[in-house]
Amino acid sequence: MAPNPPSPPIGLLVELTHRCPLSCPHCSNPLALERPADELETGVWARVFKEAADLGALHVHLSGGEPTARRDIVELTRAASQAGLYTNLITSGIGVSETLLAGLVEAGLDHLQLSFQGTDVETNDRLGGYSGGYVKKRAVAEMTTRAGVPLTINAVIHRGNLHQVGAFIDLAVELGARRLEVAHTQYYGWALANRAALMPAKDKVEAAIALVEDARKRLSGTLVIDMVVPDYYARYPKPCAGGWGRLAINVTPVGKVLPCHAAESIPGLEFWNVRDHALGDIWRRNPAFNAFRGYEWMQEPCRSCERKAVDFGGCRCQAMALAGDARATDPACWKSPLHETIANRAAEEAAAGAAAIRWRRLRETQPAQPAGP
Amino acid sequence: MTADLDLASRPHLPRGVRMRRDEARGRWILLAPERIFEIDDVAANVLQLCDGHRDLKSIVAELASRFSAPEARIQTDVVAMLNDLRSKRVLEI
Repeated sequence: MAPNPPSPPIGLLVELTHRCPLSCPHCSNPLALERPADELETGVWARVFKEAADLGALHVHLSGGEPTARRDIVELTRAASQAGLYTNLITSGIGVSETLLAGLVEAGLDHLQLSFQGTDVETNDRLGGYSGGYVKKRAVAEMTTRAGVPLTINAVIHRGNLHQVGAFIDLAVELGARRLEVAHTQYYGWALANRAALMPAKDKVEAAIALVEDARKRLSGTLVIDMVVPDYYARYPKPCAGGWGRLAINVTPVGKVLPCHAAESIPGLEFWNVRDHALGDIWRRNPAFNAFRGYEWMQEPCRSCERKAVDFGGCRCQAMALAGDARATDPACWKSPLHETIANRAAEEAAAGAAAIRWRRLRETQPAQPAGP
Repeated sequence: MTADLDLASRPHLPRGVRMRRDEARGRWILLAPERIFEIDDVAANVLQLCDGHRDLKSIVAELASRFSAPEARIQTDVVAMLNDLRSKRVLEI
């Protein structure tokens, strides 16, 4: 059974919309994207922010899709800030004008996280599927630091841009970012569908990790570098979302509340909606949140593992996707019987090189993207 | 870190770093991008004085009088603590 009552959540991640001008194949959004007409209204989001703060949440991550595709993004930022949450805008930069940024700053924005898909025009615009993106992103970085707002550069890394990790570090310093995320792709949603096209080779991943570790020392006090490591090549799994229902709450564009963004990929769980329930009620009582709290749900080798309170058996969604059982040990763990199989499969995919890319899009509402490289 | 912390420095939290009480967990915290630093009551006392107006010399003097402790020792502790926060980019001088 779940610990009762659960400790309060730390962070609230809101996918305000699934609309996005980019079509990144590494996107972690689900393949079935929500339609704009079904998105929550401003007032409902404002209530969610208030309830999250009352529950003990400290950070809110305004994400998507592209959150600035919401016309009420300034109003939403203000509501989150007034609720007492530390507001973090996670944006592609496309659609962020000087006027919008000034509005966000005035509304209380604490931090802006800007994605880059590559460190030069050609790579960035090709991998994001958006022409003109690189120039626009640089302009947004410049206006953000000029406004005094702390800037994080977010680089999702995969086979197509792994060789640019060093250049991402240089770019972050050049743009005056305080923080850089070198986030090796995690394979959920669109990224899982595109895994064969994205998976890098193990030796190159290791070289990139070493490069980041060296840069961290060199740039201490200038740039904080956070790294998400690619877990197909790891020895131990990540404590996904800090443990199911322990630290994080996700809310989808239509108001479904999830323990992590991929949770809907697990069959048999019913996720409650903020339209019907208060957030605190969902956090404490939704059976889907309690499904993998505590340790009772675990099987061997997790149940008797000395690391079960460290990584909680890894990621439930990855166990579902790779082992076909959400209660299984995450195959990223060396103790999983599937560990070697998935590492080998990753190595094969990386070695095979080319694979067709499935570009992210809202099926009903966006025209088809031109075929990728 | 560019300059060294000295007695004339005026330490302060940069834009994007906020100190607040975390009532749900009964503690003081620093909120920064994607990070939460739990701070004890002593550190909270120090940081409340780091307002960008006071210099380190007056901060140390204030703390020495508040805690009835020798200035030299207070200074050593405070400098170590502030430098640690600077390396994490949550304090500026």
